[in-house]
Amino acid sequence: MAEVKLHGSWPSPFNHRVIWALKLKGVEYEYIEEDLSNKSELLLKYNPVFKKIPVLVHGGKPIAESLVILEYIEETWPENPLLPKDPYERAMARFWIQYGVTKGAPIGVFYRASGEELEKAAKELREMLKILEEQGLGDKKFFGGDSINLVDISYGALAYWFAAMEEASGVKVLEPSTLPRLYSWAKNFIEVPVVKENIPDYDKMLAYVSATRKKLAKNYRP
Amino acid sequence: MAGDQVTLLDFWASPFGMRVRIALAEKGVKYEYSEQDLRNKSALLLQMNPVHKKIPVLVHNGKPVCESLIIVQYIDEVWKDKAPLLPSDPYQRAQSRFWADFVDKKIYDLSRKIWTTKGEDLEAAKKDFIDCLKLLEGELGDKPYFGGETIGYVDIAFVPFYVWFHAYETVGNFKVEAECPKLIAYCKRCLQKESVSKSLQDPQKVYDFVVMLRKNFGIE
Repeated sequence: MAEVKLHGSWPSPFNHRVIWALKLKGVEYEYIEEDLSNKSELLLKYNPVFKKIPVLVHGGKPIAESLVILEYIEETWPENPLLPKDPYERAMARFWIQYGVTKGAPIGVFYRASGEELEKAAKELREMLKILEEQGLGDKKFFGGDSINLVDISYGALAYWFAAMEEASGVKVLEPSTLPRLYSWAKNFIEVPVVKENIPDYDKMLAYVSATRKKLAKNYRP
Repeated sequence: MAGDQVTLLDFWASPFGMRVRIALAEKGVKYEYSEQDLRNKSALLLQMNPVHKKIPVLVHNGKPVCESLIIVQYIDEVWKDKAPLLPSDPYQRAQSRFWADFVDKKIYDLSRKIWTTKGEDLEAAKKDFIDCLKLLEGELGDKPYFGGETIGYVDIAFVPFYVWFHAYETVGNFKVEAECPKLIAYCKRCLQKESVSKSLQDPQKVYDFVVMLRKNFGIE
């Protein structure tokens, strides 16, 4: 089996998505931490279009964009499937993954805004998550049913990283009173061993998110 | 497959709808085309796409599939015995997904900025748009299509935007062909395929539509 390398950055939830998928499939890989303030020649060669992490390199061939990487992992290592087999169910899974991409912009606002703008983003996020909870998750424990799949992985950041955002910004969104099923989902998701063992320490994340918010707020002009 | 009921909820000018039309044509799937009024959305559309309330929606035996690229993948998986749209090799599939995603991330938003902004914003949008087209042109290289010898997923994702180029060029006062001649040659090559020419709209009609939209939005 050709060697697998992952170029990533420790705080990035996009990076963690790939790590969980590789671990769930039992794939051995070498992890390379990238300094995003001083991008390596190799990263720029592997992802010339976006110059971002994560990049998965399999047998010397690079794949960029975390969701593209997830589908690649699913197809290359079919054991322990992370997407439904039925084409309609697969389309639904992809729909909910895409929903997070299309409607996730308010999360970016949490990174840099405060006051009214932040409240507005929080409201939009609550509405978006309500739909996800009611129509995407429903009564299931995980989006994948009894065990996690690519949909759960794509929303994983909500379960741990977002808590640091909430604390750093002082605005709460994922609460048991307003989003009870998603709140439970998050609690269950964090306990999945592959996730629990592969996310940064909360305090480290909080420090990182707080520092990034301060830096972005300084440079931000509405 | 015999006995399949396939309906496409669509809007004539939508490049996203055109993607689905090309995919269905490539596979030879018989379907009912249902034109939707986007200013007065039908009960059917709201029922079939309650989350986004948008077209295109493919309704297959009563079950709706939404989001154009997801629909194209679904079509490829269901009608898998003819005209594969994605490559069979996982690495090539990943590359196809990456570039189709690039078209979605970049081409639509940038092109929208071209017909909705003016002055400095317009100039910046034009520059970014051409830069993205050049990247695509580079990825195409010497291949007849992004899919290689036959059209595939990335071609389907991108080529519908070609019929909007005349509108962007006229309101933005520039010519794509001057900057990306190989890409325009590629688009014309695609149009020679029946599945594409029958699915795409007349650029002049699209331009008239954009003029009307600009009036409605108060952009001069």
